[in-house]
Amino acid sequence: MSNKFIPHTPDDISRMMEAVGIRSLDELYGDIPAEVIFNRDYLIPSEMSEVEIRRHFDELASKNHSLKVFAGGGVYDHYAPSVIPHLLSRSEFYTAYTPYQPEISQGTLQYIFEYQSIICELTGMEVTNASMYDGATATAEAMFMMVASAKKRNRVLLSATLRENVAEVVKTYAKFRGIDISVVPERDGVTDLDALKAELAKDDVAGVILPQPNKYGIIEDLSGVAEAVHAAKAQLALHADPSTLAVLKTPAEWGADIACGDGQSLGMPMQFGGPYLGFIATGKGNIRKIPGRVVGATKDADGKRAFVLTLQAREQHIRREKATSNICSNQSLMSLYATIYVALMGKQGMVEVNALSADGASYLHDKLLATGLFEEAFPGKPFLKEFALKSSLDAPALEKHLAERGFMGGIPMADGLFVFAVTEKRSREEIDAFVNSIVDFAK
Amino acid sequence: MKYYDKLIFELSRPGRKGYSLPKNRFDRNALAALPAGLKRGEAAELPEVSELDVVRHYTNLSSKNFGVDTGFYPLGSCTMKYNPKIDEEVAAHPGFLTLHPLQYSGSVQGALELYYNLQKMLSELAGLEEFTLNPYAGAHGELTGLMVMKAYHQRRGDLKRTKVIVPNSAHGTNPASAMVAGLQVVEVKSKPNGSIDVEDLKPLLDDTVAGIMMTNPNTLGMFETEILEIARLVHEAGGLLYYDGANLNPLLGKVRPGDMGFDIMHINLHKTFATPHGGGGPGSGPVGVREGLESLLPNPKVVKREDGSFELVCEEGAFGNVSSFLGNYAVMMKAYAYILSLGKENIRLVGPMATLNANYIKENLKDDYLLPIQGVCKHEFVFDGLKDKSTGVTTLNVAKRLLDYGFHAPTIYFPLLFHESMMIEPTETESKETLDEFIEVMHKVAHEARETPELVLDAPVTTLVRKLDETTAAKNPILTYRALLAQQDGND
Amino acid sequence: MSKILENLRYSDSHEWVSLDGEVATVGITDYAQHALGNIVYVDVPEVGDEVTAGEEFGAVESVKAASDLISPVSGEVIEINEDLVDAPELLNQDAYANWIMKVRVNDPGEVGELMDAKEYASICEG
Repeated sequence: MSNKFIPHTPDDISRMMEAVGIRSLDELYGDIPAEVIFNRDYLIPSEMSEVEIRRHFDELASKNHSLKVFAGGGVYDHYAPSVIPHLLSRSEFYTAYTPYQPEISQGTLQYIFEYQSIICELTGMEVTNASMYDGATATAEAMFMMVASAKKRNRVLLSATLRENVAEVVKTYAKFRGIDISVVPERDGVTDLDALKAELAKDDVAGVILPQPNKYGIIEDLSGVAEAVHAAKAQLALHADPSTLAVLKTPAEWGADIACGDGQSLGMPMQFGGPYLGFIATGKGNIRKIPGRVVGATKDADGKRAFVLTLQAREQHIRREKATSNICSNQSLMSLYATIYVALMGKQGMVEVNALSADGASYLHDKLLATGLFEEAFPGKPFLKEFALKSSLDAPALEKHLAERGFMGGIPMADGLFVFAVTEKRSREEIDAFVNSIVDFAK
Repeated sequence: MKYYDKLIFELSRPGRKGYSLPKNRFDRNALAALPAGLKRGEAAELPEVSELDVVRHYTNLSSKNFGVDTGFYPLGSCTMKYNPKIDEEVAAHPGFLTLHPLQYSGSVQGALELYYNLQKMLSELAGLEEFTLNPYAGAHGELTGLMVMKAYHQRRGDLKRTKVIVPNSAHGTNPASAMVAGLQVVEVKSKPNGSIDVEDLKPLLDDTVAGIMMTNPNTLGMFETEILEIARLVHEAGGLLYYDGANLNPLLGKVRPGDMGFDIMHINLHKTFATPHGGGGPGSGPVGVREGLESLLPNPKVVKREDGSFELVCEEGAFGNVSSFLGNYAVMMKAYAYILSLGKENIRLVGPMATLNANYIKENLKDDYLLPIQGVCKHEFVFDGLKDKSTGVTTLNVAKRLLDYGFHAPTIYFPLLFHESMMIEPTETESKETLDEFIEVMHKVAHEARETPELVLDAPVTTLVRKLDETTAAKNPILTYRALLAQQDGND
Repeated sequence: MSKILENLRYSDSHEWVSLDGEVATVGITDYAQHALGNIVYVDVPEVGDEVTAGEEFGAVESVKAASDLISPVSGEVIEINEDLVDAPELLNQDAYANWIMKVRVNDPGEVGELMDAKEYASICEG
């Protein structure tokens, strides 16, 4: 028996056993109680060659349908430049571990430094970390940071306009850690600011988490919100879409203490949900409260500029149960992805992506209204690439109808709402064809 | 090759472009119509570079890195095995890459089937009932598993079980995960060989204990021989056993955690199942449970219907959600391909060959390095620095000297049980020749420490950068290009 | 061998106290600074904070370690050593000259229960 991933020849094995002083491989497990040694065959498939593995994946893929996507829900079908997968497949990047030995990890350390710089440029914040698992867990970590800062306060407010899958993760983390969550209701598709202020007036709020844009794609007017939150001695975290931050008012400009969210919109393949990355950024005052890995610039013994993991003492491997977070890795390769994406798109391309997406979305919005099958859900509310409309169409049947015609349509939500999204990848012709498919369905 | 140290921002020239986008044919300007109060005041200072600038820059950066593909990476506790290329290829299959996670189930049957199949394979390999693949990493798996543990007691109405027992030799993540899950940590002492002191454990087991977290083999690479007794005691006291899968590799093909009495575990796909570490991630930390606990696993879940179709569901009994969608899906694809390429035949070799490799290095080096725990180890072992303590050469020095010789360093200063810990894990994918080269270099470094210690104390000298000033970095953190510019301006 | 001053009182978590009337000056010992190595950050309380004996009031951080500061006394913080915010390395230079906080103590008698130099020396050796 041998395998291309296990190089031992019978001769190697016998010579190594001799060096170790054993006569059979079983002696390596001689300390293990006999009753727990596994002796039968595993009920898993037999060894496959590469030919068979490719065939198997082709077969599985044939049961999937790649659709033209007109939906978002936190995951957007943005254009991914060809360069990125080529560079990401440099195995010096992807087969490395966390950069614990900085002398031979400057590649990783430097791209993380660049990534941190980019996230701070987009959010307007001063400090960030090397990335988190995803947008939902990053938001949960933002909650932990706010509660840790508040010392004696233990209640966090979530807007009802925060996307449900993010809110569910935040609530789960809160439940286990013993943090109280209150949901601030929505009004006309945006956070009810009067209700928010009423909650703040109870003087027990550690932090507030609001989305921007929200789950309907609406850009909420948060004027005065940070001031109100700070006046109540609480902190404000904004869950943001980093792609849109090239044009939208930044979390820092809104006066937020923390910016968090998911990096998927930075051109990452949708890949059925991951990997993406979560980001979390904040002001200098919170620098020692930020979880996870952080890279800083320094010099080496010869005075050369170099980069290193820093502020490590806060982390779980040293602080153990005293740490604020248990995170000890990052989505490093995805932070490289985001960095290369933003480097390629650059200052201008990032704006153009938003312009194209927003114009396409506006076009689809108007076309759908013109069918007479949809009506405005939240008239006059500003949006970029994602928007909600109301319809009496049968959502599950429409979903199936569209999928069979190669489209993924609006995501159905409560009260007959459908949330659509358009990116720069969708042409005018595709949008027309998509709308025609919906019209066909209604016939 | 010349030394390259530019930042992407330093290549930027106003007006330079690295992208192409379709023409805008929508005859409108939605951005202009947006109220000014919702737009950012100043443009973000992002790089403006050409495509070739980007390609050369990151290719140059990659050459400043050391990966498993570069050379031997004996990093203890990290299982740096070879990452098969076929796994990378199939994970980029366009039939998966383009799937939106909220697509209707009927259009993603292949993707759901893969998730389901992998879940079943891991259950069989672990001897457990069901896995969730949603957790993103090992620490995230620990947190998820502890949430299952806590939810299990709460479901039974037993609210006083708020403590989790963790050995003092455990990975630092264990107590941190327990804290995040809202459990209090109680430390149980280790015996000198790193295994749990059963006599110290007994009095801790009362009706406030939710369970115990263990690795087996433990952080010293030694099998917990009293595991069945420990399982009996913990179960009798009403607690559950959590298996930290960080050290699963030596048991693959030999022992299943479920058969040792563990109720909950996580697996690091990026260790045992050969998916790349990616410079720190993305990893994947599936969590498996014994029969009776599966309904508690987090949402969303993939279920198989009687007609053979698959569906993505959220169920009431779950303790909650730990991920936006189904976790790091592409990582699962790689692990799945890895299991298929080994198959049930070769997977049995993984543990024994990893264990043989570790023992081979240990036996060959114990004359020069201090081996505090004798006997057969599993996939890894720990030296307490050089045997000759008179040279002034520390574990850190040895680690840095190894970089000069083209090897990655072992894990150093962990576990905390010894002052000069040096934890070595070779994995099964390394050949005898590679191990022999490493052994030879380790001997050479020990010899240098005796004869010419300054060579070792000054290391590394051949790397692109040398010893870094970590104190200044931590005292005055410069975390962004903007901060770096401000600092340079301040110095001018 | 680390320095231990005769006229101070010590806690087993390596803080020192000197009492002047009802005002206690608190710092970390030479032994503690030595064990931590290069100190890069000191998290100090705010003036007006209430501290409790045996409970955490801040933290010190070095490149490789972080340690909570445990208050040896109970009372109100009336002054903190601002110098440490910008120059945490002062603790490495002289841990006794560079105090961390001054506390108006609720019960001056509490200080007497702490270790004297001789008792503290014995735990540093052990």
